[in-house]
Amino acid sequence: MSLAFAGVCSHAPGITGRSQRADPALRDGFYASLERMRAALEATRPDALVVIAAEHFANFFMNNMPSLCVGMADQYEGPIEDEQWLGIRHTRVPGNAALSQRLIVSMMNDVDLAYAQEWKFDHGIMVPLNFLTPRYDLPVIPVNINCQGPPLIPLKRCWAFGRALRRACEEAPERIAVVATGGISHWPATPDSGKINERWDREFLRRFLANNRGELLAYTDEETWIEAGQGGFEIRTFIALSGLIEGSRCELWFYAPIPIFAVGCTVAVAHLPGALTNPPGANDTARP
Amino acid sequence: MSLYSVQKLLFGLNRDPAVRARYETDFEELEAVRKPDIGLLYVMGVNGQILMHYAALRGFEWDAYIAAMREGEQRYGPVRTGLYQRARTP
Repeated sequence: MSLAFAGVCSHAPGITGRSQRADPALRDGFYASLERMRAALEATRPDALVVIAAEHFANFFMNNMPSLCVGMADQYEGPIEDEQWLGIRHTRVPGNAALSQRLIVSMMNDVDLAYAQEWKFDHGIMVPLNFLTPRYDLPVIPVNINCQGPPLIPLKRCWAFGRALRRACEEAPERIAVVATGGISHWPATPDSGKINERWDREFLRRFLANNRGELLAYTDEETWIEAGQGGFEIRTFIALSGLIEGSRCELWFYAPIPIFAVGCTVAVAHLPGALTNPPGANDTARP
Repeated sequence: MSLYSVQKLLFGLNRDPAVRARYETDFEELEAVRKPDIGLLYVMGVNGQILMHYAALRGFEWDAYIAAMREGEQRYGPVRTGLYQRARTP
């Protein structure tokens, strides 16, 4: 088995770009959970980090929109956003084209996906990396699930993608970490930015933490759009991770709505048999 | 000009300095892009994940960006098409 680590975290640009405007207690608790996630990730000694993200028109547009795309380059760069606006300096991020190719070839047995040998990261990947690999010294393999420009991939196909990625990871000799990143309910980049449906989020998290396939796939996009906003479509990243760890469960390390960050900020890490991902004291920062 | 074309132009401006360098147009319809009129672009239906980046590129602070969209709704009416049009449907 070469899946060394799996978890989810939020990625909203306000997390770094508007950090000084957040409630310090909530912000610091969230940052502490991300720091804990970084330490847990490093403790598993991964050779590469797959980031399952929901990019925001940094690379893909409606002229040729892949539902699923995997990066296959030895180097990436980001963020595309203004450095001061996002609060993250522009940098180069190492990749691993050979490993990407092996994963892609394996996954193609089970799912249809595109690949990209060029990829500019936006906040959707750079915000997690800012906390989880702050030295940018771990090769990253980006994955994008189109969550922005409907029609969107069905949720069951996201689960299937996660399963395919798991199998591909297990075929590889490298130790691979996977982090999925998306919002739960949110209305990003609109006049409703800051609105968060905590009730909906907590029900989603209940289903997610239970790794309950039936309940997770029961959501419809229409329901999600009404209750969780267009940002809610990003639950696809959580569901892909659920397929990846099928049979295992995540533990919630943090959840709290932080309106100036425009999302219910979340950190959860999977219990993987044999992996060193869950140091003692888990769950002590998750609000009841 | 179609929503698709406006969004594609902003997509190029956001990510590619070469597009920004060579961007010139005489089309009156693109005044909203050139000024920029963030409120009108929002009402036209531009996806916020494109518009947010473009507003930042043009120097809009966060609060100014949100205010511009709200002013756009007041000035030009509800979102005309695209993903957010349904947001105003009961």
